[in-house]
Amino acid sequence: MQATTHAIPHVGVHEAHHEETGFWRKYIFSIDHKIIGIQYAMTALSFLLFGFCLMLCMRWSIAEGAKMALTVGYTPKPIPIVGHLLELLLGAPAKGGIMSADLYNSFGAMHGTIMVFLAVVPLLTGAFGNYLVPIQVGACDMAFPRLNMASYQCYFLGGVIMFTSFFIPGGAAQAGWTSYPPLSLVIPTDGQTFWLIGMVFLITSSLLGSVNIITTIIQLRAPGLTWMRLPFFVWSQFVASFLLLLAFPPLEAAGVMQLTDKLTGSSLFLPSGLAVSGSVAHASGGGSPLLWQHLFWFLAHPEVYVLILPAMGIVAEIIACNTRKPLYGYKSLVYSVLVLGFMSFIVWAHHMFLTGMGTRIATFFQTTTMMISIPSVIILTCLLISLWGGSIRFNTPMLFALAFLPMFGIGGLTGLPLGFSASDLHLHDTYYVIGHFHYVVAPGTIFGIFAGIYFWYPKLTGRMMNEFWGRVHFWGSLIFMNLVFMPMFAQGLAGMLRRMSNGGANYAAAQVPGVQGALRGTIMEMNHYILWAAVGLGLCQIPFILNLFISLKRGRRVANDNPWEATTLDWQTPTPPPQINFLSPPSVFRGPYEYSVPGRAKDFVPQNEPDPAHN
Amino acid sequence: MDIPYTTTLRPDTGLYNAKVGMWLFLASEVMLFGGLFSAYILLRVGAPAGTWPHGWLDVPLGTINTILLALSAITTLLAWAALKMKQFPRYKIYHALTIFLALVFLGIKSYEYRDKFHHYEVQLTDGRIADGHMIENKPGEDYVVIEGAYVGSHADLMEPRKGKEAEHSEIRIERSQIKKMQNYGPWHNNFLAIYFVLTGLHALHILGGIVVIAWLWGPGSRMWFTDPVRFTNRVEVAGLFWHFVDLVWIFLFPVLYLT
Repeated sequence: MQATTHAIPHVGVHEAHHEETGFWRKYIFSIDHKIIGIQYAMTALSFLLFGFCLMLCMRWSIAEGAKMALTVGYTPKPIPIVGHLLELLLGAPAKGGIMSADLYNSFGAMHGTIMVFLAVVPLLTGAFGNYLVPIQVGACDMAFPRLNMASYQCYFLGGVIMFTSFFIPGGAAQAGWTSYPPLSLVIPTDGQTFWLIGMVFLITSSLLGSVNIITTIIQLRAPGLTWMRLPFFVWSQFVASFLLLLAFPPLEAAGVMQLTDKLTGSSLFLPSGLAVSGSVAHASGGGSPLLWQHLFWFLAHPEVYVLILPAMGIVAEIIACNTRKPLYGYKSLVYSVLVLGFMSFIVWAHHMFLTGMGTRIATFFQTTTMMISIPSVIILTCLLISLWGGSIRFNTPMLFALAFLPMFGIGGLTGLPLGFSASDLHLHDTYYVIGHFHYVVAPGTIFGIFAGIYFWYPKLTGRMMNEFWGRVHFWGSLIFMNLVFMPMFAQGLAGMLRRMSNGGANYAAAQVPGVQGALRGTIMEMNHYILWAAVGLGLCQIPFILNLFISLKRGRRVANDNPWEATTLDWQTPTPPPQINFLSPPSVFRGPYEYSVPGRAKDFVPQNEPDPAHN
Repeated sequence: MDIPYTTTLRPDTGLYNAKVGMWLFLASEVMLFGGLFSAYILLRVGAPAGTWPHGWLDVPLGTINTILLALSAITTLLAWAALKMKQFPRYKIYHALTIFLALVFLGIKSYEYRDKFHHYEVQLTDGRIADGHMIENKPGEDYVVIEGAYVGSHADLMEPRKGKEAEHSEIRIERSQIKKMQNYGPWHNNFLAIYFVLTGLHALHILGGIVVIAWLWGPGSRMWFTDPVRFTNRVEVAGLFWHFVDLVWIFLFPVLYLT
């Protein structure tokens, strides 16, 4: 029964700081996993906002494209407010505040790269993983604190390289976040080189981070914390780290090969007889563009599970705490997450059904793809059943966690038609795909992240975030997210192609009389609604950003170290946790979710509270 | 409250932290080189008949390098064993040998690289192909001189071991006769490209290993007098990495040199 009462913590905090550290060591080159976690969080949230702004510019461009297609003689208008700024910063590609097609491609490629590699994954494994895993396993720090610092620094450098590439001549990478050759290699600007070098830094960062998290979970679990007593969040981090550890290196290999192609003029990914701008390319040829796709998706499919599993972990913690009852089917959850991790390595080619693969291979990959949905459904079902009969507390973190379930459900179920090669032929490269994976990641994973921020904020700062503005943020985000992404399914089914700066021939076909299957006006008009919904979504984040900072000073102080009355070890520490996390090394006596145990005075029993019999 | 199991073994895993970390890192490395070897296989299988070269690399030099790395694996093991037997001076000798062997390996490797960059295929305007090492290639002069021979066709270059080796002689070629002149760098063909990527990345690993082992041999070895157990562990973990790098070469040698 330690550190859950009012008396111990705040004295303990200062006593624990026996080691005086300077400003630089403490905040910039910190080796404390909690500071590194916060560094990751702040950097990644900044990139999240930046990636979102890129998308707003792109949505303006597409909406204007639709107007051009629908109104004869319409000239596109410049982007309001930021158009002028873009022209000032980037020059000719944003002439008159209108994005050129090249700039649109840059923004598209970098939106994907930034959101996946610089925002969401670092938030999940870098921020939440770093801050919470050591505390939840009862350790005083990560297993390798200095590697942890190096991990953040590699990430930061990679981010700087990616960000800088916007301002070099020719701008950032333009070949999509997937960087398919030959396109990525024949674009004559240096953006792709920056992208590849940036990726090498980011891959190094995630390698160091994942080695650290796995070692911490294997080696530093507190006495009594057996594998089946680990909080589900720790399990999800464990599996996600293994995915990062084993799936990223093949992309690094591919990145090194593409860099060799780009810098030395070799042809590892360039086929023979490739024609560029009407003449045969100056290369030895004989390379394989498909090889890149295999190596890329071998990473990028497991990466999807890196994006979703830790979010499921966060949601599981919050649901268990706010329903005041144990998670339904803890063991099923654990085994499902392990199976998911394993299966995610053998489904990658469902991204490549259109590459002309043989039907047998396509059959193999669609079979494994259908199989992988089973453990996903088990996890979602367990979380859903966990709600049954609970006395649910509807606070902001819980609202986000609850919204995660149907939103991720939509994202998952709309993936099934993409997993079948027959229906994928129609849907591939349309807005349907964009709708599908954004439902998984945006109202799915990012809602999980928001839930986690609202949930653990009091542990980090000792103050609660404002509940009213939290709800404004939640309801606004939920409504606008759906308004943004739901129409995309209709657009995609109607055949609207992705990666078009102003719609091109795909939109213009509407103006040609008698064209079969041209996009209908209503489908293209949805682009305006999506644009304004996206603007609304952006506005809804303002209360969140203000709440995040103002609550630091003005938020309601927590009454004790365990404001949500949770059971896991992270809530049994002083607030905020001192440098060594625990006042004395914790021991664990029970599973992670002992809520509402009959015969107990309180409706929760912390993991480190001995059984009454032992007292 | 220090981080536990930095030197002592955790009872249920029987390992100290750094060893777990190193094995995880090596798992990641297996995937890195695994990705590259897969790329090699796919490129080679996908190459049209008669375009994938055989026997372009110097087997005796490769054999010497294989022996060097195998020996260095032994000295690495002996260095660790010496520390286990508390014989610090012997540790110094063995790891000095490891570093020496690794440096000689890199020396031979860079000689092989240099050889490839000096090796030119010169296609003449009359359709002939001259192949050999560049001797004279001054920017101002209107001719180049290579030490080599004329070959019948581009395909003959792919199987140098099968055809009779032509007499090598100094060939003087006017620049006006040259249609295309290119050395055997990664841009020349995909065998060379994947060869440079694979061996280059492996050489970087060797270099990293040398830096770590040299540090453990030099300034880092002071830890032996303050915390011998932890120092021995460091040497063991560095040795694990070194064995992995050796193992990669054991795959690289037959794949690139012998087939």
